[in-house]
Amino acid sequence: MDDELLFEQRLHWWSDRRAELTLGAVVCAVLAGVVAMLVFVVVQGWPSFAHNGLAWFGSGGNVDQQIKDMFSAGASGSRDVYTFHAWPLIWSTLLIVGGAVTLSLVSSLFVAVFVVEFAPDWMKQTLHPVVRLLASVPSVIYGLIGVLVIVPFVGNHLITQAEKASVSHIISLSGYSLIAGVMILTVMISPLMIAIFADGLRSVPRHWLEASLALGINRWRTFWKVGVRAARPAIVAGTVLATARALGEAVMLAMVTGSVGFAPNPFDGAIFLFEPSRPLAATILQQVEGLSSAALKHTLFAIASVLLVSAMLLSLAGWAAKQPLKKYAAA
Amino acid sequence: MSAHAATGPTSLPARTGAVESSATWRLSDRVGLAICWLLGGLFCAIAAAIVIFMLVQGIKYVRPSLFVTSPTAGFSESQTGGFLDPLIGTVVVALLGTAIALPLGVTIAVWLSEYGRPFALARAAESVVEMLAGIPDIVLALFGLLIFSSPILGFFSRTSGHVVFGRSFFAAGAMLSLVALPLIVGSTREGLQAIPAHIREASLGVGKTRFATIRRILLPTARPSVITGTMLGLGRIIGDTAIIVVLLGATLTINQGGSTPVLGVLKGTGSTLTSFIYQNSPTGEIDQPTKAYAAAFVLLVMVLALNLCVDLVGRRKKDVTWSS
Repeated sequence: MDDELLFEQRLHWWSDRRAELTLGAVVCAVLAGVVAMLVFVVVQGWPSFAHNGLAWFGSGGNVDQQIKDMFSAGASGSRDVYTFHAWPLIWSTLLIVGGAVTLSLVSSLFVAVFVVEFAPDWMKQTLHPVVRLLASVPSVIYGLIGVLVIVPFVGNHLITQAEKASVSHIISLSGYSLIAGVMILTVMISPLMIAIFADGLRSVPRHWLEASLALGINRWRTFWKVGVRAARPAIVAGTVLATARALGEAVMLAMVTGSVGFAPNPFDGAIFLFEPSRPLAATILQQVEGLSSAALKHTLFAIASVLLVSAMLLSLAGWAAKQPLKKYAAA
Repeated sequence: MSAHAATGPTSLPARTGAVESSATWRLSDRVGLAICWLLGGLFCAIAAAIVIFMLVQGIKYVRPSLFVTSPTAGFSESQTGGFLDPLIGTVVVALLGTAIALPLGVTIAVWLSEYGRPFALARAAESVVEMLAGIPDIVLALFGLLIFSSPILGFFSRTSGHVVFGRSFFAAGAMLSLVALPLIVGSTREGLQAIPAHIREASLGVGKTRFATIRRILLPTARPSVITGTMLGLGRIIGDTAIIVVLLGATLTINQGGSTPVLGVLKGTGSTLTSFIYQNSPTGEIDQPTKAYAAAFVLLVMVLALNLCVDLVGRRKKDVTWSS
């Protein structure tokens, strides 16, 4: 009897211990897998960086032609061609992501403040499902609406024939444009920001706001000077997440930005908003069929590692920006 | 907005009595409030426009016959068939992705929340899962294509001689599970952490082991959170396009990769609703917008139905309260 009890206890102890070890092993395996994946992507991309040096990030030549050369060199079995200058793609990514994040940062902040504090109840109850809905629409549907509605609209009504003619020797304007990409991307990432901002604003202690109100400061000023400031870590977190999402968006942007390796030039004036381009992520999606060419494969992985590293640097920057804010942050 | 947000411990007490009128505010403050209304209204208008537009297109182009015919190659809208195969493909990919992500996600969440030793490993696991959420899906797709076309993993897709095709339902499902994983981990952890410590102590106090406590007490209690996370993940899997376009081979119909009934499909290539829409859009290879609209409508209905389920589960979660 005593022995049996002891035995059972030991069995339990073992099974419990074993359970912890098993779970830990699974976690370690997933961890190792993801880390190995990151390393693998960077290693695969390295030859492209090694051949081009820092000029990889610079401009020079026609990107689309360079990709075509890589592909045909791979197909014909001749020596691999690695020359690649990604600036038009990087510039396009910067413009589209920067534009969309700026627009949605401002509008999401206003909407989040509105949802948390100033909206009447019926408006709050409307906005809640609206934000949920906008967040859950798949990107390919945004892309479809963009390519069938927004792009023709931009092409037919916003760009005049004179404008099309003025740049026709460089690039053809057909509605596939920077502005279409920025607008749709703004709608796509705003819900993410609004949700996180609103969470942060809601967790600001009520008495902080009441203290300010008691000093005779009106509700609007109070909420912006106290509430929004206290919620700054949430604002940083939301912005970082939304930027990462925008960086990685490939499908929608491949559909609406025109898929031309062209760097829109701000000195062209307002037309520059209507010029086509192609960001980094969309480039991977559209060139993935050429993976059989070694040079193109390494180049695509180089692009992927640029995306990965910038996403990681972004979250690091977000973490660093949050540190000094934390002591004023709402609990 | 997560369901948790609305039920958070620090949600504001209901405002009572009169609210200060904005009429006394300075002009700049009133302009600010006007901007709030404007942007709030704008978002509502955009959402309404999307829903109404897709509804109109859906009513115009969805025909019952589309659901039961396979897509075929053709030149006009009447010849290209329906989207039976993409529909099946979506279901297969969703099941496969969830089947991989759910056990892994729950395991990671349980370990993080209930064991979490050594501390450094727990922190590392936390940040890796967080990082996984930030990895663009196109990068996952590219990685998956190279991994699954290596000879060692040749079993998971079609092979001809020594060349491994690398594109199959297996490959797509495995990579899509990584998309859903962070959501499942996050939601399950949230659910486990919401269970007060005295519940665990009570269970340990009557002699249950920690693992038995987890299996019999904690996981059943956290079930609504697990379901919520799974459904959110499912929504992401269904809506994901980049991984499908790259890793599923983008053949119109389901091409079996062997003669074994189920395994053949999983090893074969096919399409899902998202890749069907992508290929049928003007920028795709087939360019049949009405088919794309019809498929997009069906996809939107599926995603919204999933969201509705998340809401229903979330509402039930609220009923479980712990008196302190």
